[in-house]
Amino acid sequence: MSDNLTLPAQQGSKDTAAETLLKVEGLTKHFPIYGGFPIKRKVGAVQAVDGIDLTVGVGESVGLVGESGCGKSTTGRLITRLMEPTDGKITYKGQDISHASRKQLAPVRSEIQMIFQDPYSSLNPRQTVGTIIKSPMEVNGIKPEGGRENKVRELLELVGLNPEHYNRFPHEFSGGQRQRIGVARALALNPKLIVADEPVSALDVSIQAQVVNLLQKVQDELGIAFLFIAHDLAIVRHFSKRVAVMYLGKIVEVADRDSLYNRPRHPYTHALLSAVPEVAIDDEIEVKERIRLAGDVPSPISPPSGCRFRTRCWKAQDKCASEEPPLIQLSGNLDGHLTACHFPEDPTTEARGEDVVLDPALKALEDSAADEAGATVTKG
Amino acid sequence: MTTLTKTEGEKAPTGPEAFLSVRDLRVRFSTEDGIVKAVDGLSFDVERGKTLGIVGESGSGKSVTNLTVLGLHNPKTTTVEGEIILDGKELVTAKEKELEQLRGNKVAMIFQDPLTALSPYYTVGRQIAEPFMKHTGASKKEARQRTIEMLAKVGIPHPQSRVDDYPHQFSGGMRQRAMIAMALVCDPDLLIADEPTTALDVTVQAQILDLLKDLQQEFGSAIIFITHDLGVISDMADDLLVMYSGRAVERGSVREVLRNPQHPYTWGLLSSMPRLGGDTSQALNPIPGSPPSLLNPPTGCPFHPRCAFTDEVTGNRCSGERPPLAAGRASACHLTAEQKQTNFIDKIQPRLR
Repeated sequence: MSDNLTLPAQQGSKDTAAETLLKVEGLTKHFPIYGGFPIKRKVGAVQAVDGIDLTVGVGESVGLVGESGCGKSTTGRLITRLMEPTDGKITYKGQDISHASRKQLAPVRSEIQMIFQDPYSSLNPRQTVGTIIKSPMEVNGIKPEGGRENKVRELLELVGLNPEHYNRFPHEFSGGQRQRIGVARALALNPKLIVADEPVSALDVSIQAQVVNLLQKVQDELGIAFLFIAHDLAIVRHFSKRVAVMYLGKIVEVADRDSLYNRPRHPYTHALLSAVPEVAIDDEIEVKERIRLAGDVPSPISPPSGCRFRTRCWKAQDKCASEEPPLIQLSGNLDGHLTACHFPEDPTTEARGEDVVLDPALKALEDSAADEAGATVTKG
Repeated sequence: MTTLTKTEGEKAPTGPEAFLSVRDLRVRFSTEDGIVKAVDGLSFDVERGKTLGIVGESGSGKSVTNLTVLGLHNPKTTTVEGEIILDGKELVTAKEKELEQLRGNKVAMIFQDPLTALSPYYTVGRQIAEPFMKHTGASKKEARQRTIEMLAKVGIPHPQSRVDDYPHQFSGGMRQRAMIAMALVCDPDLLIADEPTTALDVTVQAQILDLLKDLQQEFGSAIIFITHDLGVISDMADDLLVMYSGRAVERGSVREVLRNPQHPYTWGLLSSMPRLGGDTSQALNPIPGSPPSLLNPPTGCPFHPRCAFTDEVTGNRCSGERPPLAAGRASACHLTAEQKQTNFIDKIQPRLR
């Protein structure tokens, strides 16, 4: 397999002409667990994020997908420096902000903004919409031309709300409208990077598209870089030019959109893509491979040794347990398509000869159904 | 498109084979703000061994409908009108005792959030065994045996020891498996699954959906599958009911509704969803506005304030007259069958690529 490997390539978008805005190297966040009596000692750590590398270019939209508990939200919070990383380095515009103090961070904070998942809990119910959107400007002492109130009205109009709703309270708005308020607040400081943490997953299907379109408009018109964190693979594909897949605190595969969705190499990416239920709108849809993993994601308190996906992987061998696969460019892959796997899959999502079914209950049921079918055939 | 109007007349609504039939169901809650018309004139049938999918956004009345089937609403604040006939038995007027005999026995339910639906106070095994002992009169020992068998069937590893675990010791996917085991322990004829996979990750969702499908083949239960995810429905259901604002707006087989949808709301749902193989350079086509309040629903067709096709209907029928939903394959819309077909082919289908 080793001939399959090439030199680890510099991660980043293909067009390196785009300047790097944010660079993350070996980012790690461990949440300590305390236990024992009477003196509480540190007995372990939740390894939420464990050494990830990621770059975001100026005006680039990068997607981060993974299942719950894989550390994607923690990554977002580390990048916005709402949390301090345990280890690793976050470089924003060449400045190391991984352990910067409040004072050092102040100028950076206004340039990195966040949009939160839940539009119900992320807006203060006791403040009017105007106050909510205005306060970031007050905190940072920004006085836009024409006054703050005018700017707020402009922002409300930009996100598709009526500027006359300036004095209303969040409870007077629907979920989709609240999320628009959240977007307006994030835009108030003219940020260079917005971390959007599951911005549409709390919304109804018909409203999701409205907010996705709004974010896309904002990105195109204002040239803001996005780190788009979500678990919905179809929405991430729609929004992000480059996508990283996370599993248990590690990035297992990162590539531009088309490579990742059409030529995935990591078994976990294959499993994720095959698990997405798709609407069959016509007969022409190509038959996708069928992979059914067994069980849930292991606990991040004691993640598996070596490759973290090996406990649920159908290709796992001894090497996977002893040696952690590096995130590298495999031969045959485009620049910037990096995979962390010792035994990568073929770059296709088409149906394979035999389904991969690891779930024991499913397997038993399907085998017995097949046996019965076989029995009736022989009887007939 | 005369075939469409033909089929509308052909299929009689009450097939004798229907296991559950709901006729003109109206559910109203009285709240401080006024009367909420959660379900407003809904009719559907479920056949034995078949899966009926119900899709709709939050507040469209899909969950309320199914809680009413099981009689799980609060009788003090709820008025229920219409007919719910399960296997020849009328349920709206049935006494609590009769319903108790049905629940968990003939009809079982799988809830959305397995952590809140399971009691943290009792072991998983005890919670699964309880309906079995109650309905079959089995002894504790027999029930335990049956529980272990069910846990093994739904894929819980080491069922002999896990049977004595509490729900918090299970992971999300395992809890949902335990819920399925609980629902199937009495071999129900009808299983109501209310967003059973919404709280789960995609890889676990795929396992649970396949498990439900395989178990349905083995047990032969009818399933009502409620979700907001058209992809899941496409995978699971035989028939489909699209709900909006407490009413059914479109009905038909999954194939018919998803490949040749006839209602502007269904068009909106389909074209607002990004697809894994879709064209990313095209913007999504959201439905404008937001779902109506059920306290004060719009007059006429509830979808008309958000609909882009109201101009094509002569007169003010969209805002004045509620479009009826014919039996069989049908959609509740004032557009003529021809207009629906041309609009779908010209304006909607190209967007779905």
